[in-house]
Amino acid sequence: MYGFLIRWWRRRARVTVTIPRGLSPTEVAQIDGLNPRGSLQIRHIDAGSCNGCEMEIASIFSPYYDAEQYGIRLVASPRHADVALVTGPVTKNMLSPLRVTVEAMSVPSVVVALGDCARNCGVFAGAYGVEGSVTDVTDVRLEIPGCPPAPADIIAALRRLSQS
Amino acid sequence: MTVWLVAMAACGGVGAACAAAAPNNARAVLVAVFAIGASLCGLIVSVWVVQSGHPVHLATSQILPFNGVELRLDPVGALFVGLTAVVAIAVVIFNVGYSRGHTMSRTSACALPIFVVSMLLIPSVWNVTTFLFCWELMAVSSLVLVLSDYQRSASVRSAALWYAVLTQIGAAAITFAMVVLAVKSGSQSFSAIALHAPSLSPAVRSTVFLLALAGFASKAGAVPLHVWLPKAHAEAPSAVSALMSAAMVNLGIYGIVRVGNTLLGGGPAWWWIIVIVLGATSAVFGSIHSATSTDLKRLLAYSTVDNIGLILIAVGTAGLLRATGHPAFAALALFAGMFHLVNHALFKGTLFLSAGSVLYVTGTRDLDQLGGLFKRMPIASTIFALGTVAITALPPLSGFVSEWLILQGLLHGISSSGTVSVVLMPLSVGALALTGGLTAAAFVKAFGVGFLGVARSSAAESAQEPPRLMNVGSGLLAAFCVVIGVAPIMMVGLFNRVVLVLEPGPNSIVRRHGESFAIQNAHAMFDPSLIAIVLVVALGVAFSARRILSRHYSVRQAPVWAGGRSFQTARMTYTATSFAEPLQRVFDDVLQPSHDLDVSPSGESRYYVESVQFGTRGADLFERHLYQPVFSFVRVIANKARLLQNGSVHRYLAYSFAALLVVLVVAR
Amino acid sequence: MNGAEVSLASVAAVMAQVVLCVFGAPLLVGLMRTVRCRLEGRVGPPVVQTWRDVRKLLQKQRTQPERSSIFFTSAPVVLVATTLAIIVFIPMITTRTIFSGGSDLFAIVFLLLAGSMSLALAALDTGTAFGGMGSSRLMAIIALAEPALLVAILAVAAPLHSSSLSVIVVGSLHHSVWIATPQRLLALGAFVIVVLAESGRLPVDNPATHLELTMIHEALMLEYSGPDLAFVVLGESMRFTVLLALLSNLFFPWGISTSLRAPSLVVAVIALVAKVTLLAVAIAAGEVAVAKLRLFRVPELLAGAFVLSVLAVVSSLVIS
Repeated sequence: MYGFLIRWWRRRARVTVTIPRGLSPTEVAQIDGLNPRGSLQIRHIDAGSCNGCEMEIASIFSPYYDAEQYGIRLVASPRHADVALVTGPVTKNMLSPLRVTVEAMSVPSVVVALGDCARNCGVFAGAYGVEGSVTDVTDVRLEIPGCPPAPADIIAALRRLSQS
Repeated sequence: MTVWLVAMAACGGVGAACAAAAPNNARAVLVAVFAIGASLCGLIVSVWVVQSGHPVHLATSQILPFNGVELRLDPVGALFVGLTAVVAIAVVIFNVGYSRGHTMSRTSACALPIFVVSMLLIPSVWNVTTFLFCWELMAVSSLVLVLSDYQRSASVRSAALWYAVLTQIGAAAITFAMVVLAVKSGSQSFSAIALHAPSLSPAVRSTVFLLALAGFASKAGAVPLHVWLPKAHAEAPSAVSALMSAAMVNLGIYGIVRVGNTLLGGGPAWWWIIVIVLGATSAVFGSIHSATSTDLKRLLAYSTVDNIGLILIAVGTAGLLRATGHPAFAALALFAGMFHLVNHALFKGTLFLSAGSVLYVTGTRDLDQLGGLFKRMPIASTIFALGTVAITALPPLSGFVSEWLILQGLLHGISSSGTVSVVLMPLSVGALALTGGLTAAAFVKAFGVGFLGVARSSAAESAQEPPRLMNVGSGLLAAFCVVIGVAPIMMVGLFNRVVLVLEPGPNSIVRRHGESFAIQNAHAMFDPSLIAIVLVVALGVAFSARRILSRHYSVRQAPVWAGGRSFQTARMTYTATSFAEPLQRVFDDVLQPSHDLDVSPSGESRYYVESVQFGTRGADLFERHLYQPVFSFVRVIANKARLLQNGSVHRYLAYSFAALLVVLVVAR
Repeated sequence: MNGAEVSLASVAAVMAQVVLCVFGAPLLVGLMRTVRCRLEGRVGPPVVQTWRDVRKLLQKQRTQPERSSIFFTSAPVVLVATTLAIIVFIPMITTRTIFSGGSDLFAIVFLLLAGSMSLALAALDTGTAFGGMGSSRLMAIIALAEPALLVAILAVAAPLHSSSLSVIVVGSLHHSVWIATPQRLLALGAFVIVVLAESGRLPVDNPATHLELTMIHEALMLEYSGPDLAFVVLGESMRFTVLLALLSNLFFPWGISTSLRAPSLVVAVIALVAKVTLLAVAIAAGEVAVAKLRLFRVPELLAGAFVLSVLAVVSSLVIS
C-alpha cells in the first residue's frame, strides 16, 4: 500500500508519441463535425481478432504508455463513444453485432480499423468463417496498420483524431 | 347544522334502498349521487365546525337501545369526516366509470352507500352504543364489498374470511373496552366518560387502553394485526380498496386518539411506548414488504401498513411527550401525525384508484406482466406518477411536509425527554428513514416497471386510457396532493384547531411565518413553496442550458443498446421480481421467501435443459409464525370436540339429559 | 427570515456558491482521477479532462431509445436541477443564506433522493436489461444509505435542537469543543460511508468499470449520449461536490463566513475550496488501496454506517 508513495516521487516513464507513422497521407484523420480537442472516447469491438491487437490496446492504457494522459479512454457503451475501434477480420457471427454497435454510436463518430486483419483480413483472408475486412462492411475513417500495431502507433493515430 | 348530519345519514339509507332497486346500468350513478350527497352534507358540517370552532351536537333517545343516538362533531371528528367525504366523492365518481366494464351487483350497490355513511358517522358519534353500532355497520358493509368478486377466485373468499375474523376480534376488543368504560363511569355518553375516566384505577384504565389499542390497531392495520389488510385490499374491487385504505384505516387512528386523548385524557408513558414500537414495527415491516411485492395492489396495501406505522409513531411520540411533561412538543407531534394521515389518505386514494384503472384496462395487477403503460395511457399514468412523487415524500408534493414535521417532532422528542427516548427516538428516526428509502425503491419499481419501459404481455400491449370518469376520480385526489404539497400553509390553521382539541395548550406550536412553517421555540423553519419555486427555476435553467449549449437540436430515435444484439424482447428486460431481488436478499430474515426451482431437462440428456422455472413465494412472517400455530391449535381442539358430535340423536338426547341434571344439581 | 435578508451581498454569495459548484465540480472529479493515476504510477489526464469531455459531448447529437418516454429525456435535467436547488439552499460559504426556508437537512436528503429516483426511473424507461439492473441496484443502495445519512445528520442536529443547516454550522463553529467529540466522530464515519455510496465511488461502486455486470451508476447512463451524458456527468460530479461541501461544513466548519462582508466571504471561498480539495484528495488516495466490495456485501457496509450513526445519536444524548 505504501509503494504508491514511492512511485509518486519516482520519475514517471513517459512516452511522448508525436509522429504519426504508417498512415497513408491521403487519409483524413478527423471526425467531421466534432472538435474533440483532447477528449476521445473509444468503444472497442473485437470482430474476430486473434487477440494480438487486444494485447496492444491493453498496453496503451498501461502505466508505461498511458493513453489516458491524452484524454483517450475506453468506455462501456457505444452511446458514449466517438470512435469504434474494430480489430480482427469480421467473422460471419460478428457482422451483425458490429453493425448494431456502429449504428448505436451517437453522431458524429467514426470507425477505426486496427491491425492488418481489420484492414484486409490478414492471414485470415478467405477463411470459411470470415465475412470480409472491416473496410468491406463499414465506412472506415482511419486505418492503423501492423500485425499487431505497436502501442505507440495506436496512440499516435488516435491522437491525430483527438487533436483535430 | 344538525340538519346536515341527519341529511347525511338519510342520504346513505335512501341511497342504499334506491341503488338496490335500480336496474343494472343506473346503479353506479345512483350510488354516486347519494354518496356524493352524503359526503357534501358531511363536508358542509365539518367545514362549519372547523371554521367556528363550536361542536355540533344532536341527541335523541329514540332509534337505538339504551340511551339512544348521540352525535357530536368536534374539530377532530370534522377532520376525519371531511377527509372521508373528499375520498368518497372521488371514489364514487371513479366507480361510475368502472361500472361500465364491471356491472355493480345489487348487493354491493346497496353496501357502498352504507359503508360511506357509516364511515362519515363514526367520527361524529358521541356515545358508546351509537359508536359500536356504526363501527359494526362499517365492518359488515365493507366485508360485503370485499366479497363483491367472490366468484372470481378462492383467494377473494379467503381474504374476506381473514378480514371478517380479524375485524370481528377487533370489534370485540373495542366493545369490551367501551363497555367497561361505560359501566365504570355510569353513563355511556363520551362526555360523561371523559369526566369520570381520570378517576378510574390505573389497572382499569390500562386494560381499557390496551384493549382499545388492539381493536383499533387491527382496523388500522398495524403489525401484527395487519394480516388481513394486504389480502383484503388486494382482492377487493379497486374503489373499495381505495375507500378502505384512504378512509377506513384512518378511523383506527381516530379510535386510538379518541380513546387515548379524549376519553382517557392521556396516560402513562409506557402506553405510548407501546404505540411507538407498534408504529415503528409496522413502518419497517410494511415498507420491506412493499419494496419486494410484485403485485401492484399488494404493494400499495403494504405501503398502507407502513404509513399507518408512521402515523402511529407520531401519535405515540405525542403521548410520550405529554406524559413526560412537554405538551408543546406533543402538540407538534400530533400535528405531524394528523397531517400525515390526511396526506396518506389523499395519495393512497390516488394510487389505489390509478391501480384500479390499470386493472380495468389490462386485467392484471401483476407488475411482471405490465410495462409500457405510460405511452398507452398517459393521463392515468401521470396521475399515478403524481401519487408516486407524493408518497415518496419528494419535495414539493404533499408527503414531504408531513414527514418533515414527524422528523421535527422526533428531533424535539430526542432533545427534551428522558432515558427511554434516548434509545427509542433514534430508532424511530431510523425506522422512518429506512421506510423513506424503501418506499422510494418500492415506487420506483411500481412506476418504473409497471408504467415505463416495454410491455411484457399482450394485455399491457393493447392497453388504452380507461373511461374518463375513472381518471376524473383519481385525478381529483391527485390535484389535492399537489395543492397541499405546494401550499400546505393553508392547512396550518385547520390542524392547529384539531390539535388544540386533543392537546389543550396555551397556543399553537406550528406557526405560519410568512409563507413558511415555523416551529415555536425552535430554529426550525421550512418553506415548501420556496422549494417548489427554486426547483421550477432550476429546472428551467437546466433545461434551457441543455438547449442552448447543444449543437444539435434534434434527438435521434435509436434502437436500444443491448450489448450488440440486434433484437431485444420484453423477456430480456428487468421485471419487478428481479428489481426487488437485491432488497429481497438483504431482508431475507424478515421475508423468509421460499424458492421454487423447476428444471425440466430435454429427453436425450439431462444436461440439455428444456425449460427452467424460478419462483419465489413469501408468506407474511406473522401469518406463518403467529397465526398458523393458533390455527393449528384451534383445529386440534376442534377435532377433539368432534368426538362429542357424532350425529347420533340418542347421544344428543343423552347430552341434554345430562345437562339438565347438572343444572338441577347446581341450581338446587 | 431567520436573520437573513435579501441584499446584494447575499445574492452574490449564493451566486458564488452556484458558480463555484458548477465550474468546480468537474475539476474536483478530474483532480481525483489525476491523483489516482499519479499514485498508480501513471501520468494521468489533466485536471480539466472532465470539462474537455463535457465540452466535446455537447457537440454530439442526443439519442433516445425508441420505446422510451419523457422520463428518459428529462432525467439529466432533473438531476442537475435538484442539485442546483441543493446548492442554492445549503450554507457553503456563508451561513446567512437567502433561502433559509429551504436550508433544512431533511429537505436536502429528499432532494438528493429526487435526483437519484429520476435517474433510476429513466434507466427503467429505456427498457434494457442493463438499465433495469442499474436501477434495481441503485435503489437498493439508496434505500439503505438514506437512513444512515438521516440519522448521522440527526446526531449533529440533536444537541442543537434544530434541523436548519445554518444553525448547525453556526453552532459547531461557536462550540469548537464539540468538533472532536465521540458522537461527531461516529457520525463522521457514517457520513463518509454514505457519501461514498451515494456518489458511486469505491468500495461501493467502481466509476471506471467497463463490465456491465459489475456496474451500478454506469449502468444507469449506458443509453445517454451527447449533451444528455454531459448533463449526467456534470450532475453526478456536482452531487459529489455538494456532499463533500456538506461534510466539510458540518464536521469541519472552520472558515465559513457568518456575515456577508466581502473579506470574510473571500476567506470562506478559499477555506471551502481547500477543505473540499483536501477531502477529495484523501478519498482518491484511499481508493487506490481498496477494491470494490461484492454487491451483496455493500448492505453490510451500509448497515454498519447505520449502526454508527445510531450510536452517534445515543452518545450525543448521553454525553450532553
